[in-house]
Amino acid sequence: MKARHKRLGFLLVGLVVLGAASWLVFNALGNNLSYFFSPTEVAENKVPADHVFRLGGLVQPGSVERGEQLTVHFDVTDNAHTVRVAYTGILPDLFKEGQGVIAQGRMGSDGVFVADEVLAKHDENYMSPEVADALEKGHQKGIENMAKENKPL
Amino acid sequence: MSGRLSFYRFSSPAAFYPLAGAIGKVSALIAVVLLAIGLYMSFFVAPTDYKQGEGYRIIFIHVPSAWMSMFIYLVMAFWAGIGLVFNTRLSSMMAQALAPTGAIMTFIALWTGAFWGKPMWGAWWVWDARLTSELILFFLYIGFIALQGSIDDTRRADRAGAVLLLVGVVNIPIIYFSVKWWNTLHQGATVSVTEGSSMSTIMLQAMLIMTFAFWAYSVAVAMYRVRSIILEREKDTRWVSELPEVRR
Repeated sequence: MKARHKRLGFLLVGLVVLGAASWLVFNALGNNLSYFFSPTEVAENKVPADHVFRLGGLVQPGSVERGEQLTVHFDVTDNAHTVRVAYTGILPDLFKEGQGVIAQGRMGSDGVFVADEVLAKHDENYMSPEVADALEKGHQKGIENMAKENKPL
Repeated sequence: MSGRLSFYRFSSPAAFYPLAGAIGKVSALIAVVLLAIGLYMSFFVAPTDYKQGEGYRIIFIHVPSAWMSMFIYLVMAFWAGIGLVFNTRLSSMMAQALAPTGAIMTFIALWTGAFWGKPMWGAWWVWDARLTSELILFFLYIGFIALQGSIDDTRRADRAGAVLLLVGVVNIPIIYFSVKWWNTLHQGATVSVTEGSSMSTIMLQAMLIMTFAFWAYSVAVAMYRVRSIILEREKDTRWVSELPEVRR
């Protein structure tokens, strides 16, 4: 065995050990590295009580209520559970109904999540307004067609 | 057989020096042309985004630089590994030559991301898994440059740098898959090898042209830098003293 084969062996074994070690570390850390909790995790009481945490999900369409001054109420949903959120302040430009958001704050005793920071989460879709429009129309049409097909039943 | 021989010939710095000059020149030319086309497409041809408006155009810089920041690191680690195993001088020089470009790409990715994040997310910076691991990548580049620069004996400097680079490779899959493994504020991959892309074709074309432009730029500056490193490290040899640009 030549010296360079030995070195290559050391290097490969080292990389495998390193990979295994980091896999174990990240497995142990698990969800602690997540940036936010989902409404389902809130419903299952997996979130820290009496502690600041982040809540992420979609803004439920039709749930946004603008109150006095700058206080806004809205529901954050993951389509399984919803959490009511109250926030006083300026919302980011991308904030709207159906949009992903991440709110930081704590659970109030009344079950309303009181946020002191709201960030908009962008999705991975990039398209022109015309395409988005066409997609939306196609979606509506699809729903109408389905409704028509279901009528005789 | 002769093909193999002529390929290995270029592992000698003296043989690679003129080749690096030629590759550097061609790559620089390609980079300029692609950058001109890519920037024109990014600003004037690609349509406005339906949700983000004009602000999304930062991806034409952000995504290519972020890809390059990860790719350059892998290439550096590859050369460092080859240098460590086979003791080839040129491999270590290649790793050293790529480091500043990789650091710059990482910095551009972080900086443009912050510029985009403020209006879109509402925050310049958050400590989510994607952003944090990319910041660690930046520190790895800086750490490699500092470590290599702090040791006078080049052989020892190369070896120490190579070990640091190889250990840091762990970070690359973490950056890439962070948006998949954990909940992050950063969105998931728009373009993926396995799932295709979820952006309009013209946007994708502009972004890919920008990526190739960044690629060509990185090759060009790395080649010019490796020529300087070769000259510096081989300054006492005869072939360097006989170069026309050195003799003068």
